[in-house]
Amino acid sequence: MSLHSKEPSGPVNEKWESHKFDMKLVNPANKRKVDVIVVGTGLAGASAAASLAELGYNVKSFCIHESPRRAHSIAAQGGINAAKNYPNDGDSVHRLFYDTVKGGDFRARESNVHRLAENSVKIIDQCVAQGVPFAREYGGYLANRSFGGAQVSRTFYARGQTGQQLLIGAYGALMKEVDKGGVTLFTHREMLDIVVIDGKARGIVVRNLRTGKIESHSAHAVVLATGGYGNVFYLSTNAKACNVTAAWRAHKKGAYFANPCYTQIHPTCIPVKGDFQSKLTLMSESLRNDGRVWVPKKKGDKRRPSAIPEEDRDYYLERKYPSFGNLVPRDMASRNAKEQSDEGKGVTETGLAVYLDFKEAIERLGKDAIKARYGNLFDMYFQITDSDPYKEPMVIYPAVHYTMGGLWVDYNLMSNLPGLHVLGEANFSDHGSNRLGASALMQGLSDGYFVIPNTIGHYFAGTPGALDDVSTDHPEFKKTEDEALARINKLLAVNGTRTVDDFHRELGNLMWDKCGMARNKEGLEFALKRIPELRKEFWSNVKVAGDNEDYNQSLEKAGRVADFMEFAEVMVKDALEREESCGGHFREEHQTEEGEAKRDDENFSHVSAWEFTGVDSAPILHKEALEFVDVPPSERNYK
Amino acid sequence: MAKDKIINVTLKVWRQKNAESKGHFETYDAKDVNVNMSFLEMLDVVNEDLILAGKSPIAFDHDCREGICGTCGAMVNGYAHGPDKAVTLCQVHMRSFKNGETIVIEPFRAKAFPVIKDLAVDRRSMDRIIAKGGYISVKTGNAPDAHATPVQKKASDLAMDAAACVGCGACVAACPNASASLFVGAKVSHMGLLPQGQPERKQRVQNMVWQMDSEGFGNCSNAYQCEAACPKEISVDNIARMNRDINRCGN
Repeated sequence: MSLHSKEPSGPVNEKWESHKFDMKLVNPANKRKVDVIVVGTGLAGASAAASLAELGYNVKSFCIHESPRRAHSIAAQGGINAAKNYPNDGDSVHRLFYDTVKGGDFRARESNVHRLAENSVKIIDQCVAQGVPFAREYGGYLANRSFGGAQVSRTFYARGQTGQQLLIGAYGALMKEVDKGGVTLFTHREMLDIVVIDGKARGIVVRNLRTGKIESHSAHAVVLATGGYGNVFYLSTNAKACNVTAAWRAHKKGAYFANPCYTQIHPTCIPVKGDFQSKLTLMSESLRNDGRVWVPKKKGDKRRPSAIPEEDRDYYLERKYPSFGNLVPRDMASRNAKEQSDEGKGVTETGLAVYLDFKEAIERLGKDAIKARYGNLFDMYFQITDSDPYKEPMVIYPAVHYTMGGLWVDYNLMSNLPGLHVLGEANFSDHGSNRLGASALMQGLSDGYFVIPNTIGHYFAGTPGALDDVSTDHPEFKKTEDEALARINKLLAVNGTRTVDDFHRELGNLMWDKCGMARNKEGLEFALKRIPELRKEFWSNVKVAGDNEDYNQSLEKAGRVADFMEFAEVMVKDALEREESCGGHFREEHQTEEGEAKRDDENFSHVSAWEFTGVDSAPILHKEALEFVDVPPSERNYK
Repeated sequence: MAKDKIINVTLKVWRQKNAESKGHFETYDAKDVNVNMSFLEMLDVVNEDLILAGKSPIAFDHDCREGICGTCGAMVNGYAHGPDKAVTLCQVHMRSFKNGETIVIEPFRAKAFPVIKDLAVDRRSMDRIIAKGGYISVKTGNAPDAHATPVQKKASDLAMDAAACVGCGACVAACPNASASLFVGAKVSHMGLLPQGQPERKQRVQNMVWQMDSEGFGNCSNAYQCEAACPKEISVDNIARMNRDINRCGN
């Protein structure tokens, strides 16, 4: 079956404006009678919940944390892109659109990306009005910096805490509506399933993490803003609670999962230090504005970095990509670090690291200037590694950071399951096979502030039966609750000999080895065989502590890892099926002579959307053809 | 990266089943701890052993493990977020402890932070304070161009200093009166220093302080423990700004 994006016709720069006029509206008085569930309170979820409540909808907002302000959007460091062109350096909506389509290696939907670029401008206005303290120049106007994959300075930032400041803005807007009664907040609730009645998403079943109680909540539409699935790798820059459960449960109820093999490996993270490692820490991409990446020219050169003279160093990004230099896109920077390490030029005891050196920038600008730009990042680096980056170069290595794949959505951000909308990292739509730096915050807020408030009304007003009464008395809720509880009891009953983390680590290692920065047929086929075995062992030998009627963190993790064990399979399957390299998906069989990703536009210029048919049963592939009218596909060239 | 070194420590950990039950200390040996482990990774290892022994693992709050989400926090040897200055607990590493040391770990204690379980506490009282005015009431779509109003760099920088608060509650836990004055003062300052925050300035400070009092937080008596404990080094100047704004409101 082929999928249709339902994008409007017409020139790309007029689609969104004309669509906004063409969409059906819900009368303000009627909005009060409409319930919307929003799951997740990160940038996408909080901005959506607040904006929908402002319009008059009854919003029920859910999060797994004790407070909505804890969502992982908060950890984004470097910035948010917007086509403001304040620096007068040639930026425009069209250029941001162009850079994002190209940066995504021609695997994103053009119409969505253009809308994102249009909305970027309004996001900055909105956030400034909320009091987000973006960095400013002495004249009182906003400052900008550069990020990878762009030759203009369009990134707005609040020191190294941009995600935190934007989230506090969205969280403030959310709490404003909580106080006014437009949003009812349900914290410490984990979505365990979605309830589908007569083919429409009509509610969710959640576990109250404090008490273990399984609860039903009904609504006229459900919005998922539950983030990405990077923790399938166990080690990633994601927070510990990030998981695929909500998206996976929706997938099992009929929503297609698109491009699951597209994962972003971020080039600048603090390397793994031991088996006990529980997560990886990112060092913002903004550091590549002033930091120079290098390795020793000679293999196995064990001298201290300061003892290695200039002529013995290889600034390989500057050498290979002179026009973008250290600011090439993330996928390329990561692959090059791996390549250097694979050639035996990696540094530190493990050989899995490269240098990010600020010596030249400190000499040029002074220590104070560097401190003002990156002080908190340098402090964090020192705290974790016990090494002073003002004196010694940082050591960095790529790590899993973001997932471009997600639930398939149409132009209105609705999945193929009517009434189920998906926002932010949880959907697949805007970044193609590689997301550019400072674009995740932009997409989350564009979806939540400016897209869903427009498109959800179109669903309500334009879909027969969408506004019919809905109540948790419907037997489907009880049935879904019973299934959720049965699964919990099954997990608790196994009482095996291996902990949840132990299984998660093994799954993560397997995925990193076989479906990580570089993939090949043999490795993927091995993983495809190994994952079901590991899943079987999990269900027969996992040990989960405690019981359900309690604040039980071991049980929470077990449910999430159980879902990763199923999800991993479709991710590998997708990577195997996509016989090309594009962006973050690098198949070793498909590379240019210079080792760059080699796309196959003739056969793979499509979105792969997978339909669930059962655990241990092959998923069905649906394709949405991608057409490039305004940015003709070319080999990505950052030389 | 510091060289790997192995130490053994003894943990005295507060265990409490839920808010209603009475808590107590239990002692655990943490053996063969690599000093490059984070404090929470050390607790992970202890918990893995407890689970395999069929015992209840220690519940503790954590999420991002990079010092920004504000979820983690406990009193370690009497200090909120442990012995290191200006970091959250997840950023404390075992190199800050000595071989053979006994480490006492307790939850953040305050009337307004009921214990959920063991070291995990309920800090939703802080959300309820924010709901009373910790924002600028601008609806989506209402905003003028971002450059319509220039903001003095100094004011913007001070607002950012205050806005760096992660809402962890260490200031409350460290305060002899369990006051949330630094938390509220930081939010009042963040908004009050900016031109956008002026229209609601008076009602904001009144409503937020009223809510703080009704949640059962204590008053500020200038002990400055909050500033010392704050992982983001937020200054007590923000409390002075809050008090000044309250005084300007009149009674």
